[in-house]
Amino acid sequence: MGKFNKGKKRGMAAISTASLPDIVFILLFFFMMTTVMQTEDEMVKVVRPEVSEVYKIEKKHLIRYINIGTPQDKRYGTEPVIQLNDQFADASAIQEWVKIERLTLAEAEQTKMWVSMKVDVETKMGVVTDVKQELRQASALKVLYSANSRERTGS
Amino acid sequence: MARRELQEINAGSMADIAFLLLVFWLVTTTIDSDEGVKRQLPPPVPDDLEQQEVKEGDVYNVRTNFRDSLLVEKKVLRISELKAGAKDFLIATGDGLLNPVRDNVELADGNMMYPERVWVRKSELLILEQSYLVAGQTKRAEKVRDKIRAIELFGGDYRELPGSALISLQTDRNTSYDLYMQVQNELEAAINELRDELAMAKFNMTYADLEERYGRSKEQSLLDRILAVRLVYPQRISEAEPRDASATYY
Repeated sequence: MGKFNKGKKRGMAAISTASLPDIVFILLFFFMMTTVMQTEDEMVKVVRPEVSEVYKIEKKHLIRYINIGTPQDKRYGTEPVIQLNDQFADASAIQEWVKIERLTLAEAEQTKMWVSMKVDVETKMGVVTDVKQELRQASALKVLYSANSRERTGS
Repeated sequence: MARRELQEINAGSMADIAFLLLVFWLVTTTIDSDEGVKRQLPPPVPDDLEQQEVKEGDVYNVRTNFRDSLLVEKKVLRISELKAGAKDFLIATGDGLLNPVRDNVELADGNMMYPERVWVRKSELLILEQSYLVAGQTKRAEKVRDKIRAIELFGGDYRELPGSALISLQTDRNTSYDLYMQVQNELEAAINELRDELAMAKFNMTYADLEERYGRSKEQSLLDRILAVRLVYPQRISEAEPRDASATYY
């Protein structure tokens, strides 16, 4: 046969790569839109616990964060501290903080505020309990203990 | 002078530049995931609150101490055994529809091992609902209505846990946060597994699926099913008021 090979060998037409940058830019923008940026610096070291029963909050603008762990900067000591909005604070400052943070939400959503606690696994419960008590006093009752998800064991 | 032809700029390297940007972005952003264990804290306790009498057998006591060991119902347990223990407690004397009725066990100290599940019967509920409606207590009638609906969905009567049955968690101030989270997680896993089993058997869907679908569609029929499952296995985890027990050895 060989019918198809009879013609002269033509060089392959170069594929235009002009649209490649556009595609990559679209990818870039997609990632920029979908990733949630960390809005504040973590000034404390936090290794989150691993749990199987995780809940994911859909409405991210309702979340306010409390970080608890040892300071990144050793000059502030090695004991666990509480971080509220980019600064270290005492547990007694939490009630005031909750009031202020509530006001940053729309009026209809003020009761729906979530407090996400990012606590280092090595922290002792004493600090965490104090924070929880303050939150209760401030009527910020919806709490999320931030954690990474893992599989259920031994079921 | 002869005009030179306008030369086209080579755009081949544009892709490389864009890729560099993309990679830079991927490397530098830390993705902040908002996942974790959800908890509703109890409202602050008024000072004049009366202590309620609780039957010893109705409470599943979980304690953790400063050495990160676990004391469950006066026995030392490993964290891996906690889930099975909690499930056994919640099944209690049985027939939350999947488990056969079993006898309660009397412990050496005279207390019962499990809370006593009691029958909820449709015929009795209907009469109860009527009496509440006549008395004008609509809220109570609504609660009874929920139970009737659950029985209709399950296609049969079930036995419910007494209102006093709960899991009580007491943590020492020197317990590590990691252990605390693991305990919380295992207790929640126990409840979720029981709910999943029940929902799977009755509605052919896990409880987690039910909740997820309801979250998307807000369908009333799904909510009814969720509530029905919750009636059989309520989530009652109570955290005792904190106390510094580091001086006490368990």
